Amino acid sequence: MWRRAFPWVIASAALLYALFPYVTNDVQLRESLLLAAVYIILASNLNLVIGYAGYVNFGNIVFFGLGGYICLYLVNDLQWPVILAALAGAAGVSALALVFGLGILRLRGAFFALATIGVNAAIAQLVTNFEPWGGATGIYLAIDAYEPLGGPMQALWTIYLLIVGLMAASLLASYAIRNSKFGLGLIAIGENENAAAVLGVPTPLYKALIYSASAFLPAMAGGLYFFKSGIIEPGGAFSLRTSIEAIVMVMLGGSGTVIGPALGAFLYEESRGYLLTAEAFSHFQLVIAGTLLLMIVTFVPGGLLGFVHRWWPRTRRWLE
Amino acid sequence: MVGILASVIDGVLVGAVYGLAAMGMTLIWGVMNVFNLAHGPIIMLGMFVLYLVATAFGLPPYAAIPATIIFGFFFGVALYWIAVHRMIGRPELMSLLSTFAVNLILIGLGTALWTTSPYNVPVEMPGVTWQGYTFTGTHIVAAALAAVIAGLLYLLLYRTRIGKAIRAVANNREAAELSGIPTTQVLSFAFGVGVALAGVSGTLIATLFPFTVLSGEIYQLKSFVVTVLGGLGNPAGALMGGIALGLVEGLATPFMPVSWIPIVEFGLFVLCLIAFPRGLFSALKR
Repeated sequence: MWRRAFPWVIASAALLYALFPYVTNDVQLRESLLLAAVYIILASNLNLVIGYAGYVNFGNIVFFGLGGYICLYLVNDLQWPVILAALAGAAGVSALALVFGLGILRLRGAFFALATIGVNAAIAQLVTNFEPWGGATGIYLAIDAYEPLGGPMQALWTIYLLIVGLMAASLLASYAIRNSKFGLGLIAIGENENAAAVLGVPTPLYKALIYSASAFLPAMAGGLYFFKSGIIEPGGAFSLRTSIEAIVMVMLGGSGTVIGPALGAFLYEESRGYLLTAEAFSHFQLVIAGTLLLMIVTFVPGGLLGFVHRWWPRTRRWLE
Repeated sequence: MVGILASVIDGVLVGAVYGLAAMGMTLIWGVMNVFNLAHGPIIMLGMFVLYLVATAFGLPPYAAIPATIIFGFFFGVALYWIAVHRMIGRPELMSLLSTFAVNLILIGLGTALWTTSPYNVPVEMPGVTWQGYTFTGTHIVAAALAAVIAGLLYLLLYRTRIGKAIRAVANNREAAELSGIPTTQVLSFAFGVGVALAGVSGTLIATLFPFTVLSGEIYQLKSFVVTVLGGLGNPAGALMGGIALGLVEGLATPFMPVSWIPIVEFGLFVLCLIAFPRGLFSALKR
């Protein structure tokens, strides 16, 4: 994998991304980049399921929210170190996704999409009623939870670096999967599942594996992100809207490519910041997101990268 | 015991309205294999038609129902050409996304127009008292109207020429086209009917409970549950599924805190989807 140029490009881009706010010492920029990195993690892992295997997961945010809850619970009530807690959350969510995946991935197409909405809604309601996790009010971290990382100020920088690390890991994993036999099997499933099964792709296993794999990094990012915020509550953790925005990002950049979803997430997040601050647009942010999605789906279903690939076919070789 | 029975009856009354909402969704799915994810905001628009008719124009509340049906139908036909037509025959992902885009646009416009604060349209209707339990008049009227509208849909589908065409297209679009049926027009007509049903169920729900711009989402999720219970693409099953959901809600209310009911519903939904993807009632039939 490391013999080709692409992974090095990703790694160095991530390094620049991590260092930029350090060099300029710009806290506001760091916050904006951190949010964009979180969305890149969500979009690029969602792309594994939507873009590669061709299954729409409307409830992808459930991984992020559940990972956040497990991590905050472990940090707050059992005094675990945050990194260990985030890892444990990610492992737990991933295992849960594997079990769930074996069940609901027997469904195809729209039925699967519906089931993912149902799973997200059910888990959101369950957490809202789960008293050890604070019910509807959620979990608040005490300020001394940040002491092991050298106080709140230092902790914010550490979390930023960790999240950028997860972002790089997401992109590299995306690349590695795409260029493996496993990825080839997934893309075959996305093209025509029956044909893939006939040709010997173990479709149920592959689907469950990718569903579970796409849960790991978002769950860990959820743990770190909500640790940074210091608070988690069901409405914010399982917002169906964020789930859908992640789908918009994937489609915007180009589903099924490696850097497309990341590009889409970055552009979407940064332009939303602009739309939110511009007085005239703040009320119409959803309208703009909706119109954008409708235009992409109708006119450029391949997204940004699909558009580039179509007009400059040579870019297919090095822009994956 | 009487208390539980009263709660169950009330659940069934409300369930008939859920069934009506789900009929719109399941009709569209059955005819063109499109999941209309703009269903919730359309229900919300139906609620606001009631608000406009009753509060802004001062007309009797039930005058909103024909208004919603007519407005909903033309709105649905327009939506078909804007968001759905180009997605027919493409992967399901595309129509899911395009109808979701419409969902976002409608919610965004609704929030800008009416904010997200709650609205309430008071509807005067004498109730029926039985053994010390009062059944609200609005619930009874809503259930009766839902039954009437469901009956009209049946007449439309099984006793008219256009209904026959809709059923033909649902069965096999190519064969219908070859027999000289203008299938594209039929699809847009069916989409209009589905949207009108969703809208009118919203109007009926608004006569029962207070609502906000975001309440449509809850009923959209309930419609999913109902369609899955009743079997996708089966309008009669949707009505039965709605009543079944109302029954579950009515039965569960006396025994558990209200906030636990959605967990039961969605748990049922996911289980049903996995165990009987073709609907609970089709499983019973076999």
